Amino acid sequence: MKTISEHVLDIVQNSVRAGATLIEIIVVENKLSDLYALTIKDNGCGMSRELLEKAANPFFTSRKTRKVGLGLSLLRQNAEAANGSFSINSTIGVGTEVQANFQLSHLDRPPAGDIWNSWYLTVIGNPDINRLQHQTHEGI
Amino acid sequence: MTKIKTLADLLKLKEEVQSKIKLRENSNNPEHLVQIKVGMATCGIASGAKETMKYFVDELEQQAIDAVVTQTGCMGYCYAEPTVEVTLPGKEPVVFGFVKKKKPKKSLMSISNGEN
Repeated sequence: MKTISEHVLDIVQNSVRAGATLIEIIVVENKLSDLYALTIKDNGCGMSRELLEKAANPFFTSRKTRKVGLGLSLLRQNAEAANGSFSINSTIGVGTEVQANFQLSHLDRPPAGDIWNSWYLTVIGNPDINRLQHQTHEGI
Repeated sequence: MTKIKTLADLLKLKEEVQSKIKLRENSNNPEHLVQIKVGMATCGIASGAKETMKYFVDELEQQAIDAVVTQTGCMGYCYAEPTVEVTLPGKEPVVFGFVKKKKPKKSLMSISNGEN
């Protein structure tokens, strides 16, 4: 994944498969604290504690077409390479929240990329899902 | 894609997107339409399925072809991504591999998009 918008496109697919009807994408860019925080929240089926522990493992996937699941692990790898952090919280029946923090000025932080097209393609591809997108710039 | 600068731009865009979605919903029997499924799992996105899907959406609109473009998961052909499954009405689905749009402009565009 070369850009953060591609990660968003990818992670949102997880929410789609979890049967979510509302997906929130929150991006906070703060120059004062040098932080780029990406949060993706959905109201899908959620995961159990055991599943949650395995979710970011590249050799774990819930699908049957292949044996690897790289979406979350690639996001974690990119966040950690950019001096950031990664976390997932989930409650069964309520939804899942994926958070990835990047150091804004870090050389290895991927560029935001074409966010508009990611949004457009998700809407065209999944017309039944509500998607909210917030982008905040702080401390400019 | 056009940049949104004013509220009027946003409203216009909303109308455009909604009319497209409506067109799909109104086509009450999707079996009679051409269905195009673009593999958009991690492997697909990493190898450029985003550009491929965008190309299909734009090109179909431009040539006024009535077809449904949707995203799908991994079909198990990660080595051949981006993959596209085309189903013609009443026929068996056909899967195409390595559906990349080769355009010298693309690299330039991604550089200018990525740095903005």
